[in-house]
Amino acid sequence: MFAGTLIFALINSFILILLAIGFNLTFGISGVANFAYGALYIMSAYMSWTLLNLLHLPFWASAAISIVFTMIAGAVMYRFVLLRVRGQALSEVIATFGIGLSILELFRYMGLVGFEYTLPVFWNESFMIAGVYVDIQRIAVVVIGLMLVVGLWLFTHFTSTGLAFRGIAQDERTALTFGIDSDRMATLSVSFGAGLAAIAATIIIPLGSIAPNEGYDVLIKALAICIIGGLGSTGGVIVAGFIIGFAERFTDTYIGSHWTMIVSLAAILLVLAIKPSGLFGHQKELEERI
Amino acid sequence: MKKRRERIDRGIKARSEDVYALSSWREMLYLAGPRLLPAAAFLLLPLFLGVYWQKVMISVAVFALLAISWNMLAQTGMISLGQALFFGMGAYVSGILNFYLGIPPWLTIPAATVLGGTLCTLILMPVLRLRGIYFSMVTLIIPLMLVRIIEATKIFGGTEGLSGMTPLPSGLTEVYLVTGVFLGVLFGLRRLMETDYGLVLKGIRDNDRSVTNAGIDIFWFKTQALFIASTIGAFAGAFMTHVYMFVGMPVFALDYSILPIAAAVVGGSGTLAGAALGAVMLVPLSEALRGIGGLRIVMYGLFLVVFIVAIPEGLFDYIQRKYHQMERWVEIDQ
Amino acid sequence: MSLPTTLQVENICKIFGRVAAVDHLSCEVRRGELLGIIGPNGSGKTTLVNLISGYVKPTSGRILYNGQDITRIAPHKIVCMGISRTFQMVRPFYQLPAYKNMIIPLYSPRIRQLAGGKYGDRNAVALDLLEEVGFERDAHVAYKPAGTLPQGYLKRLELAKAIALSPDLLILDELFSGLSLAEVASIVPVIEKLRLAGKTIIMIEHRLKELFRIADRIMVLNYGQKIAEGASAEVMESEEVKKAYLGSEE
Repeated sequence: MFAGTLIFALINSFILILLAIGFNLTFGISGVANFAYGALYIMSAYMSWTLLNLLHLPFWASAAISIVFTMIAGAVMYRFVLLRVRGQALSEVIATFGIGLSILELFRYMGLVGFEYTLPVFWNESFMIAGVYVDIQRIAVVVIGLMLVVGLWLFTHFTSTGLAFRGIAQDERTALTFGIDSDRMATLSVSFGAGLAAIAATIIIPLGSIAPNEGYDVLIKALAICIIGGLGSTGGVIVAGFIIGFAERFTDTYIGSHWTMIVSLAAILLVLAIKPSGLFGHQKELEERI
Repeated sequence: MKKRRERIDRGIKARSEDVYALSSWREMLYLAGPRLLPAAAFLLLPLFLGVYWQKVMISVAVFALLAISWNMLAQTGMISLGQALFFGMGAYVSGILNFYLGIPPWLTIPAATVLGGTLCTLILMPVLRLRGIYFSMVTLIIPLMLVRIIEATKIFGGTEGLSGMTPLPSGLTEVYLVTGVFLGVLFGLRRLMETDYGLVLKGIRDNDRSVTNAGIDIFWFKTQALFIASTIGAFAGAFMTHVYMFVGMPVFALDYSILPIAAAVVGGSGTLAGAALGAVMLVPLSEALRGIGGLRIVMYGLFLVVFIVAIPEGLFDYIQRKYHQMERWVEIDQ
Repeated sequence: MSLPTTLQVENICKIFGRVAAVDHLSCEVRRGELLGIIGPNGSGKTTLVNLISGYVKPTSGRILYNGQDITRIAPHKIVCMGISRTFQMVRPFYQLPAYKNMIIPLYSPRIRQLAGGKYGDRNAVALDLLEEVGFERDAHVAYKPAGTLPQGYLKRLELAKAIALSPDLLILDELFSGLSLAEVASIVPVIEKLRLAGKTIIMIEHRLKELFRIADRIMVLNYGQKIAEGASAEVMESEEVKKAYLGSEE
């Protein structure tokens, strides 16, 4: 039982990391907290589902199209809404929150809920690892999660767009003087964040089903991971993902499934009480703005 | 020929800012009218309304209280996405006191107001040390998590909730209690925000460095503002527990977070009266549109986006401007 | 030199990343003295001010104010102990009239304590203080929104806000920068009056000529270290100072 819990905890951690990494990327680069993140996740899943079941496109094609479409949706949201209220925290938060709310509630109104709304698994097989059956989809979560984390690291350290991202994240004004267009970078950052949400949806949704409530869930989980890890810190997301992922699985196995949410909430409150900026957070009270 | 719009204060506004205001009925009415009329409407209307519309008025007052509480926080630089936390905390505390201990409503409501407000303040206090959107994130997720916890652990009635609370004596008592508190809070807080204390709170939103540099502990002042706001929200919750004679998971639902924000944004996120105006407009609208069901929340979401991007100052500001100023087109000298 | 020490900085260090912004610096300021701090850009002057006023916590070392260790004390408490400062970049409340900007410092616990609970009309006090720093009362400048005022007035407003806290030690961070000669000339008497009133003042300046005229003592920083200290004239004779400033200015 212990080995099995360990394996499922690892998978759970990667699910959480996948869910949070897009939100975190956008915030880390442009300071935009995209509260429509959960809605974009669900939107991409519904889109894949529609392409797959109504237009009968192959799975890989519908997934690719919806990922690209979600990225465009993120960019459009930035260009036409967020750009107008850039820098005003109140307006940014409310605008993204309003967009996410409208999308999710519209889906709910259209009644797109039920077991038929799900995406197919990649391969319908399972393995025996350390005495437990693990299906390939869950292994794919771990593998793709790892690839994304490494890919993101390579991207931000070796490509010019990635380096520009880090420049903007560190000091927007200095980056401007080097000819980095901060609006373009912010558009890209929201777009990439949305794209990561769509990728996460493609991999994770086959394990469950598509539902508007799932959108709120994804947002809660992403926010919880970012609060614990420290907003804007990729290392923080990974560490927090592992902490919560393991804590949830172990409480589930050894204490009871209804305690998992309490563990997450307790973790958040504990981190806030001890180190409000999160484990790896750089948000200080005043120091950075003098 | 280029033209631009020029805004000029009405003569009566200029006069009533001075001592002349006390010299004529017209000027006095001009000043007092906008305050007295809505107050009088709120106090007299319940006498003429049927039971259904009395309930709508209660709803208006409750959401107006939540919107005012949101606005108070926003004016201090804290953007709450979870008014449901305050509402639900007040609701559950009064429900628990009444259900398990049998304490009567006239004691549970004040107790839950203070206790609920204190609990919310204690939960959110650590976040106050951080600036920016942390506050929004935490306020959004805590009520949603609390719902899950109640659902999973089945405490306080679990998914069923607690029912059979002592009701308030009569329909009119309900209406007058909540409208009285609403009007008191609205005018009281407006007064407070105009004082030097209010200036400090608004200063924290605009430039916390400057306030710190004046030797003022921004953390402590933010805590005070949070306490005032969460107490107002907790009262609304505690009150509703006794109106519905029920408390359960729905009190932490997103509705109680979203409608107040929509009201505050539509009415005007900069003014407390705007928040109240927004509630007065949106709640009856929401009743009228009951038929479209879930689409209402879609509408609130779109309201939020459209207003915050296109009319960020809100309707109250627009009305106030029309009341005090006239506009005319003048030619621009080249 | 028998005056008591107001501020004593002991071997203080602040490292940002891999750069030492302030590097094992020690200095002291005596009561009633006007110390000028100069140095090229990036020499750690502003970091030193941020350290003293508590906005930045040092990597090592300590700061004593009237013999009390204030190194780890929060900025607002330091203000209440009598150290107030101005910022290089002024950021007033743009929508508020200038005099309303003064209400916030007048609301501080320090002032309420000094005034003994009851304060009276803060607006009137604010207008008086603004007149002192050169807001002509007849011209009603103090009633205009801060956002519409020119830089000269904004700097004076910043000074007035610091004075409103009735400090014992006043730290002025590049108060003169961005001001015209005439504007500087109109502020200098205000500073001299403060000195006569017995205030201890630290000034960070790039405008050396004006500074040398009013400072008792000059300290020169470069790369976070003190490279010279003394009366204005002798400091500028020092070889190291010449090297640090060579080609940049003066």
